[in-house]
Amino acid sequence: MAETAAPILELSGVSKRYGGVRALDGVDFACRRGSIHAVLGENGAGKSTLIKVIAGVVQPNAGTIRLNGRTVTFPSPQAANAAGIVCIFQELSLLPDLSVADNIAIADPPRRFGLIDRRAQRRRAEQLLARVGCEDINPLLQVRQLPLSRRQMVEIAKALGRAPQLLILDEATSALTAADVEKVYAILHGLRDSGLSLLYISHRMHEIEALADTCSVFRNGQHIDTFPKGARSDEQIVQMMIGREWHSVYPPKPQRTAPPPPALELNGVGWENRLHDISLAVGRGEIVGLGGLDGQGQRELLLALFGVLRGVSGEIAVNGTPCRIGSPAAAKSPQVGMALIPEDRKTEGLMLPMSVRDNISIAALGAMTRGAVVDRAQEARRIDEVAARLKIKFGRLTDAVATLSGGNQQKVVIAKWLLTGARVVLLNDPTRGIDVGTKQEIYQLLRDLADAGTAILFYSTDYDELIGCCDSVLILYDGRIVRTLQGEAITEANIVASSLNLPLARAAAESAA
Amino acid sequence: MKALAAIDRPMLIAGLCIVLILFAGTAYTVTTQGTATFIEPAYLLQQIKIAAFLGIVSAGMMVVILLGHIDLSIPWTIAASAMLATAVGGGWALPVGLGVGLAVGLVNGLGVAFLRVPSMIFTLGVNAVLRGLMVMLTGGFAPQSNATGLMVWLATGRPLGIANSVIVWALLSAALVFMLTRTPFGRYIYAVGNREAATYLSGINTRLVLIGSFIICDVCAALSGLLIAGYTSKAFQAMGDVYLLPAIAAVVVGGTNILGGQGRYLGTVIGTVLIVLLQSVLSVAQMPEAGRQIIYGAVIIAMLLAYGRGSAVRG
Amino acid sequence: MNDLRLRFGQNLGLWLGVLLFVLLYALYSTLHPKGWTVDLLVQNANESFALIMVSMAQAVPVITGGIDLSVGPMMTLVNCLASVLVSGTPGAIVLGILACLAAGALAGFVNGCIVVYGRIQPIIATLATGAVYIGIALFLRPSPGGKVDENLSWVATNALAEMDTTYHWFPDGPPAWFAETLGRVPVPIVLILAVVLLIWVPFRNTVTGRGCYAVGSAEGAAYMSGLDIGRSRLAAYTLGGLFAACGGLYLALQTGSGNADIPQAGAYTLNSIAAVVVGGTSLYGGSGGAVGALFGALVLRAISFCFRVFDSNGPLGFLSNPLLQPIFEGVILLLAVSLGAARVFRVKNRLTLFT
Repeated sequence: MAETAAPILELSGVSKRYGGVRALDGVDFACRRGSIHAVLGENGAGKSTLIKVIAGVVQPNAGTIRLNGRTVTFPSPQAANAAGIVCIFQELSLLPDLSVADNIAIADPPRRFGLIDRRAQRRRAEQLLARVGCEDINPLLQVRQLPLSRRQMVEIAKALGRAPQLLILDEATSALTAADVEKVYAILHGLRDSGLSLLYISHRMHEIEALADTCSVFRNGQHIDTFPKGARSDEQIVQMMIGREWHSVYPPKPQRTAPPPPALELNGVGWENRLHDISLAVGRGEIVGLGGLDGQGQRELLLALFGVLRGVSGEIAVNGTPCRIGSPAAAKSPQVGMALIPEDRKTEGLMLPMSVRDNISIAALGAMTRGAVVDRAQEARRIDEVAARLKIKFGRLTDAVATLSGGNQQKVVIAKWLLTGARVVLLNDPTRGIDVGTKQEIYQLLRDLADAGTAILFYSTDYDELIGCCDSVLILYDGRIVRTLQGEAITEANIVASSLNLPLARAAAESAA
Repeated sequence: MKALAAIDRPMLIAGLCIVLILFAGTAYTVTTQGTATFIEPAYLLQQIKIAAFLGIVSAGMMVVILLGHIDLSIPWTIAASAMLATAVGGGWALPVGLGVGLAVGLVNGLGVAFLRVPSMIFTLGVNAVLRGLMVMLTGGFAPQSNATGLMVWLATGRPLGIANSVIVWALLSAALVFMLTRTPFGRYIYAVGNREAATYLSGINTRLVLIGSFIICDVCAALSGLLIAGYTSKAFQAMGDVYLLPAIAAVVVGGTNILGGQGRYLGTVIGTVLIVLLQSVLSVAQMPEAGRQIIYGAVIIAMLLAYGRGSAVRG
Repeated sequence: MNDLRLRFGQNLGLWLGVLLFVLLYALYSTLHPKGWTVDLLVQNANESFALIMVSMAQAVPVITGGIDLSVGPMMTLVNCLASVLVSGTPGAIVLGILACLAAGALAGFVNGCIVVYGRIQPIIATLATGAVYIGIALFLRPSPGGKVDENLSWVATNALAEMDTTYHWFPDGPPAWFAETLGRVPVPIVLILAVVLLIWVPFRNTVTGRGCYAVGSAEGAAYMSGLDIGRSRLAAYTLGGLFAACGGLYLALQTGSGNADIPQAGAYTLNSIAAVVVGGTSLYGGSGGAVGALFGALVLRAISFCFRVFDSNGPLGFLSNPLLQPIFEGVILLLAVSLGAARVFRVKNRLTLFT
């Protein structure tokens, strides 16, 4: 492929290791001036590490970085910023207690006599907010007072304020509403046309389609290929990302003649103004998916079921018995037998510095006692069983769970709940940030659990997963179930259309056109 | 091998530090008085006996620090327990004293677990209330009544050849080690200290863990108050003030993470012995209070630096 | 207007502290047998000064998400140092004052270095340095005593008019405008205003000062945003030391001597934490400020003032019983710090309780 413009950024032979894990492995990569360059890859493919290296957050173990032809090293994010590399991270880098104006001007505010000039700062914030089409945000608001999608726009305004040469966006649209996404696309195209280079990290194929000029695919820490937009079909790109046949990933779904007896029934469940009149049933042995755009109440629904939320209205019945679930402890009790694989395994699923053993047995510890004492023989036996069943890879049971890879950490969270013998399993985006191989094992495990009679309610931000794993998919929109898809009707087109709350017929017509 | 694995880096350093203190103290006494006071068994036994009071307070404090919390109501829990016990006297002295600890722990636990006020500030308030209560009840003077015979016996009696206070400390230690390592409650304490949200989402009643731990802590303080009153045969105002900071220091010097979640009970015992020996050597060496304070603070900082620094913030 | 309401809402804790103080002080003034007078104001300001400064000293590290348990010892250290240095010729006095302030800032700087470079938790690091500072104070002043310039003591603890009578500003006697208005303002209030307006407000508006809020709000995000978090932390502890030094210096002027009083140092430290919380600063960092701590300290002082003036024959007579005062103070302190708990009962998602 002919290089029409000189690369602004060139990486050669860059490697980065975290402990034993190779996050980047001898990567050669270049990014041209005045283009939008998409970086694709599964979670754990090395995309995040790539941008952390470029942005000076982590230092590579080997390799060189050249910016505008000169070799550079960035010991810190400040150094990268000074060189004109600005990053918008997946985890927001905003300070919740500070005002929007403070945040936008955080690193280099306008000053008078050495002191921050608040008026000038405010004017600058207003200008930058106007550039991203958010004139309605009051710069005096604290960031914590803004909803997530607005915060993301503030983050973009903040990045623009640093006059970047190379702007890196890491999943920058994940929290945006559809209207904001359009705005962001227009802004990004405008920036490209003014000569800026953009590195765009995403896992949403249609975004790449709408946005990028050039695409690069990463897999297992390696740079697989770079090509202009449109040079490869979606199937080819997916193949490159996962490195094998896609369809082999999911276990076959069972064929049913009659609906299974319900294990979990919800009738008119509501909470605050986030959940409205949710009624659903999950049968024994069934995997029911929750879909829709991010932030439409899926997480709240799972938390409501697990007794975390206060003031949940409506009826919940497990195995036909109505129950009030006021805490996770009540949800775990043998009468209910529920389990939740939470959204963020590092802060909600695991005690990272504690041992693998302590993490696996913590939920079932109460049942593994003799008198008031932990029955250590029984504990060891059951942990061995479940670790073998899930093929968890670890050095010793006494190693801190923090030393495990993301996939194995997630397996530990699942193992914790397998030990309680849960009959209803709730999963909140369980495959986020873990490798393809482990994902596949988790899909198989879910199907095995279902076949053994467990009812599974499964929220995923990955449409492929919903299509591949679920017996039926419920689409949430603004806290309501707007559609139930079953069997053959679970297609990407239907999920996308329903997620935007469009009628199916129209979506079908569009895809046909 | 297993026994070796039970000793971690902080304990090793603290242990070496104890030896160093004894060595330095002995060198001092040999040169100035011609006696090796510090390595005489009688002296060491006496120190262990004194260490028991601080050791019991530290044991309770450790449980709360493991949670990632702290209990600043220790001083007046000690004093209130001792004052009320001596005031009541007779057979009810011990139950009343321990009951004070139970009640204080319950209040602290409720405040931290249900109101979610930071423990540092809530226990500070409870300490002020306890002080106020004692001033109200005693009129601001030390109570005239003496410690009961049982209290004196518990603190100073030695039917088994060693002081009862040491035996009480040993029994309490055994119970705490058992609780921390063998019972679900012990595991939950470490789990809450590491990540309360994850523990809660594992279906564990974290509020009960918090309340239970504060009760353990304040009952330990109350017990120590009873023993101290027995040892001095009287209860007096501010008798607990000198125990708060050394107790925190003993726990931390023993390798327990002040942010919670990590620490071994043996370390707290070693830390207690270290602090008591340090205080004793400095006083035998007739170090003025000024020098004692300086050395005391410097030793704590030096040891924590030697244990290895925390991790820097990175991304 | 909208902006004003926003700012008000974001500083609700501070305004609650101010309101509480105004109410309590109004109650005190009306109950006082002689009513409110300038002399009373001077006396109250003198009694509050040291706690105000120590509370402000505490507030700055707390904003960064840390804590400083050595503010009381630092105050005591400077108090003792002042009793040695602040006397003699005018030049010696000025040098002595500067040396005292520098010593406090240095002590705070040492705290900051141990926290930032030693990476020891602030709570335990300052606990240990506090012992060291108390030790040095005891070394300087093994028993209470020393000497502080008496003229300076007098003017620092009285109304501004006394400055003139002591140092003879106006050769022809004070003009009427001065004697009637400005001359009646107590010097400690002027000093506090000076510290707030000349040190705190500018500091807050520097990049380093705002970095303190950033570090306390979200340390990782602050680092990602390219802030020098180490420098902000160092500055916070150093400024804390400087404020504590102001408190210690004033205490020396007020008492005319130095006293390495360990229980007093501990009491000041603990009260400073309470004052910070009452003044609307979260112990988790990122919000609040030294002005809030100032009012928090005033609230604590006003509470104890109030107990002095209840009429023992009145309906609230039992409150004047000196034996009951400590418990009332304790209960009020406990209630004040539990005020924030109202949030807990409004929380709908219990997971947010753990952050």
